[in-house]
Amino acid sequence: MEDLVLIFFSASVINNFTLTYFLGLCAFMGVTNRIDTAVRLGLANIFVLLITSLATWLLNTYVLVHAPYLSLISYIVVIAGAVQFVEMAIKKLSPTLFRALGIYLPLITTNCAILALALFQTSRGYGLAQGLVYALGAGVGLLLALVIMAGIREEVEMSPTSKLIRGTALSFFIAGMLSLAFMGFAGLFSKA
Amino acid sequence: MASPIKAPPTSLQELIKGLWRENPIFVIVIGLCPTMAITTTVINGLVMGAATTFVLAASSAMISGLRKAIPGPVRISVYVVIIATFVSVADWSLAAWLPEAHKQLGAFIALIVVNCIILGRAEAFAAKNPVVPSIADGIGMGLGFTLVLVMISAPREVLGAGTFLGIPLFGKSFEPWVIMVMPPGGFLTLAAELSLLAWWKDRSEKKKAALSAPLQEAV
Repeated sequence: MEDLVLIFFSASVINNFTLTYFLGLCAFMGVTNRIDTAVRLGLANIFVLLITSLATWLLNTYVLVHAPYLSLISYIVVIAGAVQFVEMAIKKLSPTLFRALGIYLPLITTNCAILALALFQTSRGYGLAQGLVYALGAGVGLLLALVIMAGIREEVEMSPTSKLIRGTALSFFIAGMLSLAFMGFAGLFSKA
Repeated sequence: MASPIKAPPTSLQELIKGLWRENPIFVIVIGLCPTMAITTTVINGLVMGAATTFVLAASSAMISGLRKAIPGPVRISVYVVIIATFVSVADWSLAAWLPEAHKQLGAFIALIVVNCIILGRAEAFAAKNPVVPSIADGIGMGLGFTLVLVMISAPREVLGAGTFLGIPLFGKSFEPWVIMVMPPGGFLTLAAELSLLAWWKDRSEKKKAALSAPLQEAV
């Protein structure tokens, strides 16, 4: 149990996927203009991460033991399938949520955080429960980074900034500062 | 220029445009994840750049060769499977030939699959052009990507570790800026280089405007 708590906090704040591993940066830079879209994207990501974790565990346990060189190809196919499945399920179960998520659902396939989760989970040898907790932690970390970034950018939009750093460069400066702040979480647990 | 109206760009031109004018990172701003995760040393940047260039060129060639056979509605899935195949080849070859570098880069070699540059070039270029220009486009984009990786990793390695390509530069009294090889250093270096580029572009545009203004008046 203690182990699972450690995995959760390690994935969500100490080794935040976006701010210390640079994963999911395209979405981080592209769709963090407003807080409400950031929240929706973060939630959709958590959902897909959990399904991917489950599918990766199934693949690793039952299929890939016989053919390890196929790992990368099967992960990416499973992720694309999982996103498609989630899209159809949400459309059927809750059309309101489906409309709210819009284009962000299919875009999750190309989010590197998802494939990275499958790879990290495999290389660390996590079991089913550990993998799911790791996925949840990573998802919460992504959500946190997206929402903080969107909040700061909403404020910065209104402020007078130099023409030279406006846009992408400024976003990277902000991300650098956030990353510095998150470094403060290192050492939260002696084992992490 | 005096060239005929329909002259298609040569393969050499396709190769050169990726280096600067349509540079994937600085101009189109895609493929960011590996750019910052692995650029702590110049050698890592070079290995990553070489692997990405190989995958870009090989998958561009294959997608371009099969472009008439791939049905439209499922093309993205087909591209992804082709790209994943070549990334697996690169991953396992690196593990065999350069085990040290492979260990350093870790999962980021496998993550080339989801590098948007590769899928982007497949969709935007290889799916519409013959094989040879597609290979040239792939190599050019790959070299442009490598150039940026070196431009970001060089200041990070020099300031953060006091070395270049592993060779110490400053002698013993140098206190390395450890922050530069840590995650925030990656964000800050790219931010600084992007704003420098914006400053440079702004200046050359002003110069051009100043030169052409009197001409327009005369006309």
